[in-house]
Amino acid sequence: MDFSLLRNIISRYCVGEEIWVDSRTVYIGHKEPPPGAEAYIPQRYPDNRIVSSKYTFWNFIPKNLFEQFRRIANFYFLVIFLVQLIIDTPTSPVTSGLPLFFVITVTAIKQGYEDWLRHKADCSINECPVDVVQQGKVVRTQSHKLRVGDIVVVREDETFPCDLILLSSSRHDGTCYVTTTSLDGESSHKTYYAVPDTMAFRTEREVDSLHATIECEQPQPDLYKFVGRINIYTDKEEPVARTLGAENLLLRGATLKNTQHIYAVAVYTGMETKMALNYQSKSQKRSAVEKSMNAFLIVYLCILISKAVINTVLKYAWQWSPDRDEPWYNHRTENERQRHVVIRAFTDFLAFMVLFNYIIPVSMYVTVEMQKFLGSYFITWDEEMFDEELGEGAQVNTSDLNEELGQVEYVFTDKTGTLTENNMEFIECCVDGNVYIPHAICNGQILSAASSIDMIDSSPGGYRREHEDLFFRALCLCHTVQVKEEETVDGIKRGIHQGRPTSFYISSSPDEVALVEGMKRLGYTYLRLKDNYMEILNKDDEIERFELLHVLNFDSVRRRMSVIVRSSSGEYLLFCKGADSSIFPRVVSGKVEQVKARVEQNAVEGLRTLCVAYRRLSQSEYEEACHQLTEAKLALQDREQRLAQAYDIIERDFVLLGATAVEDRLQEKAADTIESLHKAGMKVWVLTGDKMETAAATCYASKLFRRSTQILELTKKRTEEQSLHDVLFELNRTVLRQRSISGLSVDCLDFGLIIDGATLSAVLKPNQERANPSNYREIFLEICRNCSAVLCCRMAPLQKAQIVKLIKASKEHPITLAIGDGANDVSMILEAHVGIGIMGKEGRQAARNSDYAIPKFKHLKKMLLVHGHYYYIRIAELVQYFFYKNVCFIFPQFLYQFFCGFSQQPLYDTAYLTLYNISFTSLPILLYSLVEQHVTMETLKREPSLYRDIAKNSLLRWPVFLYWTCLGVFDAVIFFFGAYFLFDNTTFTSNGQLMTTNTQMMFGNWTFGTLVFTVLVFTVTLKLALDTHHWTWINHFVIWGSLLFYVIFSLLWGGIIWPFLNYQRMYYVFMQMLSSGPAWLSIILLITVSLLPDVIKKVLCRAVCPTATERAQSTRPCLTVEPSTIFMLSQSSSRMSF
Amino acid sequence: MMASSYNAKEEDGHHSGASSHGAAGAVKSKKPDNTAFKQQRLPAWQPILTAGTVLPAFFVIGLIFIPIGIGLFVSSNNIKEFQIDYTGVDISSPCYSCAKNFSWNSTTPCVCYVPFTLNQSFESNVFMYYGLSNFYQNHRRYVKSRDDSQLNGDRSALTNPSKECEPYRTSDGLPIAPCGAIANSLFNDTLELYHIDSNGTSNPIPLAKKGIAWWTDKHVKFRNPGGNNNLSVAFHGTNKPVNWRNPVYELDPSDPENNGFINEDFIVWMRTAALPTFRKLYRIIQKKPNTTPTLPSGKYLLTITYNYPVLSFDGRKRMILSTISWMGGKNPFLGIAYITVGSICFFLGVVLLIIHHKYDTRNNSADIPN
Repeated sequence: MDFSLLRNIISRYCVGEEIWVDSRTVYIGHKEPPPGAEAYIPQRYPDNRIVSSKYTFWNFIPKNLFEQFRRIANFYFLVIFLVQLIIDTPTSPVTSGLPLFFVITVTAIKQGYEDWLRHKADCSINECPVDVVQQGKVVRTQSHKLRVGDIVVVREDETFPCDLILLSSSRHDGTCYVTTTSLDGESSHKTYYAVPDTMAFRTEREVDSLHATIECEQPQPDLYKFVGRINIYTDKEEPVARTLGAENLLLRGATLKNTQHIYAVAVYTGMETKMALNYQSKSQKRSAVEKSMNAFLIVYLCILISKAVINTVLKYAWQWSPDRDEPWYNHRTENERQRHVVIRAFTDFLAFMVLFNYIIPVSMYVTVEMQKFLGSYFITWDEEMFDEELGEGAQVNTSDLNEELGQVEYVFTDKTGTLTENNMEFIECCVDGNVYIPHAICNGQILSAASSIDMIDSSPGGYRREHEDLFFRALCLCHTVQVKEEETVDGIKRGIHQGRPTSFYISSSPDEVALVEGMKRLGYTYLRLKDNYMEILNKDDEIERFELLHVLNFDSVRRRMSVIVRSSSGEYLLFCKGADSSIFPRVVSGKVEQVKARVEQNAVEGLRTLCVAYRRLSQSEYEEACHQLTEAKLALQDREQRLAQAYDIIERDFVLLGATAVEDRLQEKAADTIESLHKAGMKVWVLTGDKMETAAATCYASKLFRRSTQILELTKKRTEEQSLHDVLFELNRTVLRQRSISGLSVDCLDFGLIIDGATLSAVLKPNQERANPSNYREIFLEICRNCSAVLCCRMAPLQKAQIVKLIKASKEHPITLAIGDGANDVSMILEAHVGIGIMGKEGRQAARNSDYAIPKFKHLKKMLLVHGHYYYIRIAELVQYFFYKNVCFIFPQFLYQFFCGFSQQPLYDTAYLTLYNISFTSLPILLYSLVEQHVTMETLKREPSLYRDIAKNSLLRWPVFLYWTCLGVFDAVIFFFGAYFLFDNTTFTSNGQLMTTNTQMMFGNWTFGTLVFTVLVFTVTLKLALDTHHWTWINHFVIWGSLLFYVIFSLLWGGIIWPFLNYQRMYYVFMQMLSSGPAWLSIILLITVSLLPDVIKKVLCRAVCPTATERAQSTRPCLTVEPSTIFMLSQSSSRMSF
Repeated sequence: MMASSYNAKEEDGHHSGASSHGAAGAVKSKKPDNTAFKQQRLPAWQPILTAGTVLPAFFVIGLIFIPIGIGLFVSSNNIKEFQIDYTGVDISSPCYSCAKNFSWNSTTPCVCYVPFTLNQSFESNVFMYYGLSNFYQNHRRYVKSRDDSQLNGDRSALTNPSKECEPYRTSDGLPIAPCGAIANSLFNDTLELYHIDSNGTSNPIPLAKKGIAWWTDKHVKFRNPGGNNNLSVAFHGTNKPVNWRNPVYELDPSDPENNGFINEDFIVWMRTAALPTFRKLYRIIQKKPNTTPTLPSGKYLLTITYNYPVLSFDGRKRMILSTISWMGGKNPFLGIAYITVGSICFFLGVVLLIIHHKYDTRNNSADIPN
């Protein structure tokens, strides 16, 4: 209590003057409420300006710089740069300033350009004209000038400028049609309603005379939720209150269709509109590779710091004698001498840090970003993932997770629309146990009604006849399908009357469309909804009209929907259709047994079943229901809950009519895909809201469960018999026993688990009675771990996310992937490490919220097995190679400190230090990380088990990292001491100096550095060449090109006296080196020695214990051979020698 | 960084409500191009490093490296080299007194004589080096303490040398030419060589002091201000380095062309050595036109004008005489390294052959049931 009070005070204090209230009151047309109304709480609303841009002209530079330097890497390099500027450091600030400047500038230009585009888009949106009613006249103004409370006129095909409450429309029934394609991707027209009290206003003047206030909640991002109330003040009477729901709220971004114009009042504007609130970017997902990269970075940072510390300490130990510190030939300046020794030591430490800072290369981040960004294009370019029907290929919404696609261990897939087509086809219906099967459509013509019903039970009776009529009518009436006309209103009339299907049905649920279309084939055609009357063309070509009184909408909790209609004879009828589990408990009469048997039989065949029931309402019952519904709908708070209660009361005492069966065919190659995923070592879980039997049938069809699979059931039915505790333990025992037996032969028997939503929540529910609440959870996870396939049925959307979370948090921390197509999969897509959306029929929400979107489930195979695999090996090599080449680069510098009195003398010239990572060694690895294919695509697809080779981040684990680092250190030692012994070999019997025959010139320290650097560049590039398994002409071009570039650059850099440079230390150094025979010989020798261990390791590993990948490599046919001298030589000689 | 562009695209998509006309055109272009690059199907050569393919390479490397190594080793061994330490650490050493009594202010040079005997005669050109040990020419403070513009004859740099030269930038208010620690510590011992023939007379051996520096250094990188004429005028207004006895334009009194910044001893010194123990070319003893050896075996006398103190930092000074071969000076390391690497490769080749033979048959037999 105290805390909440405190919190209130604090929050109020923090908000300041503005008083935060739960609801807002909007005065339509800015008219003051009549006296006596509730206290007027002034609230300030933003104007209707949309600001998606991040920067303004003035704050671009500071803000962008701030954003960029918030990245830890950029900040690190900035610090290094500043240190270089401030203190006297071995390398000039240019060496780190230039790359940093380059990176920052490129990023800033890119972001600036994007922001400029956003500014332009904002501008065109904010300035688009809007018609507003002011003093009874239509005034044209600009969109950003709209205020809350303004009455807006929107015409057909115009986009709503802000969130509006519909007041009236040009249609007589006060409805308007809207498409929300740009919001959620659903292309169907949705109907929005005006409040009855305002729908009569036809002209501006009338609308302007409206005196009303709207109370509504503060803006929230949920597109489908809105709670509000409109109070209409009429002269001297009590205000009339009407509820407002999501069906009254027109959202910004949606477009008005099939309606001439509407009047509406603005309630949420600008950045408070639901569309703007939905901009909020999703939380960033980080890939496992990135995590290990960061871990490596920390290791290198530690190495860097310890190197600097070691050198600083050694420096001061070494300098202890003044003769070494300041010999006569090398005095300090006065300034330096006066500096305190601690400051000097600290400066030295920083200088060492600067000298070795290249071990963490700025270019790695740029290269990784580029690799991800450019690499992701291969997904969008992939022709095999292009779907002709949809006309779309794969989409990449984030390129950060490319490599995570190669690491997936758990695949969570939705069933409907993902595994299956979500292309519903009406198969049969059964009325009281009699089965009706519509004949196939021939030549697009619907067969005449009489012949289309296949009478199985041909004993007609009054009772049966009546049920049959009711059943068909129920299916024709109980839905939310809309009829879409071809063009105009005249079009439908003509179309329908000529018996031509020029109109088609649209609904957010494909099941409903299938049912209504099925009914059409059985002779009952739903024509349209007109003025609240539903019109049906029955078997005898008569039009029946039913007044639609109430629609009790479908929701996933109730799993049913109902309509209340009044027939032409004045009867009140409630029709309900829904899942069997939600209908049967509410049925009081009807042939339950027969229907149930049929439903179960259909479910086993993998058909989607729905049960249909009805209830006759008396006048008083109807009024009672009506009252409850209106009351619930009017409620401002807890409306959902109260509606649910009302529904619960109304939907009872049903008479069962029958059931329908709709087939949802498996997607093309779904079974093949699942089989491949299994072979690749992934565990596939199907999470569906469907019932167990249907889902299990689909699982069998899609080979998720095989005939040999032993099914473990963890369902409500079983837990009712035994306690959950016993069931769990029993299953666990079964699994463990099996595992101990099959320890020798791994795949003799695999388990499949079926669990339903109710049991799952029982398992996950924290158990108060027991000491350890996570006990069930652990056992459940243990069981799941041993099952190759798991089917979770009857899942609510949130439960799907819960499951994903549960697996994510289990102790192995596996990488999860969720794939789904509908809005109900969004939560799990967002939760999983990688979320994949299928561009399905149920809107684009899943695709929009996903990280990657693909047109069909079958594309998942290529996405994971080929693209994911490639991306992973590419980025793994990229990361390891970057660290390797920088160890090679910096370790000789470290060694050199021991020979130059720890004076931070750089080994290499400034130009080499700067350009090593930027140009000499950057392109080959970038190209490698874009095009490398260690195994061909066909092999990867053919042998999914290769995916296991890279599981668990195997290429970036510590032993591999250690190997690369050791290799780097080894190479560095070879470079340095190789050159050292060539330059100074006092340890040998005699000492000599590198000389050339013609000039006999001496080589200095820069030649020493250049020799090391040349060996370094060649070794590092050739090491990559050894790792490259896929040599396209681009690889040849880039690898040999960058070596050539190095040589040409060095010749040029040393070739002339560079003006504007205050040193000419590299002048002719490279040429002199090349003119010396021993230098050539030693370069060749050192390169050979450096590469030798890696080659031996590779060859030995391949020969002694080859991985599956390596086996696949050696068995593949060498189809495409391009000539290359060295390797051709070795290959041809190998052929000769064996 | 790059990934953020996707968000921008998405947002743009939301904004553009009226992009319907654009969408129609986009549908066509959405189909990805079927090019080899975009479909990642570029023709490629796919080498694999197996024992079979690497084996010949190992043998080839072994077969090439071992002869090269032997050649290098033999030619290195044929090089004759002689060196003598004249620092004067021991009391017995002839330069002991010079080393002991060294003082910066002494005006009379201390001369010491070191006799030595060559057991073998030196054919062809002989190169004479001085070697210094424990002298950190590669110390950072030292390496950067020079002004290349000044050395290149830049007049403004002559009168206003770079800050890097501190504390050897100015003396007595005048800029130092050449400035910096490197120039200041120029090696200034004078070494002369006499051959003592059988009857005890000592004949001076002609030592060529030209042609010891890089051609490009002498002709391009180092230049006197205002040409080579009248150097004393050109260097007017500058001071000599503190430790020097003579100004820069009087480095070589015998040859006016070898003065100023283009003095070859100076140029050689200015190329800082890579390691604390180093040798620098001092003089060349040209091969005589007749067939007699350049330095016949016998007794010699080295005369040293001892100007350069090294004992304060525990350094050593040496004089080295050496001949050269096609691969440079005496350096057995390279030859030994080549032989070693070649043998290792050959050995590995044999090991791999065994492994290849053993595992390849095993793999083949394992493959058959598949």
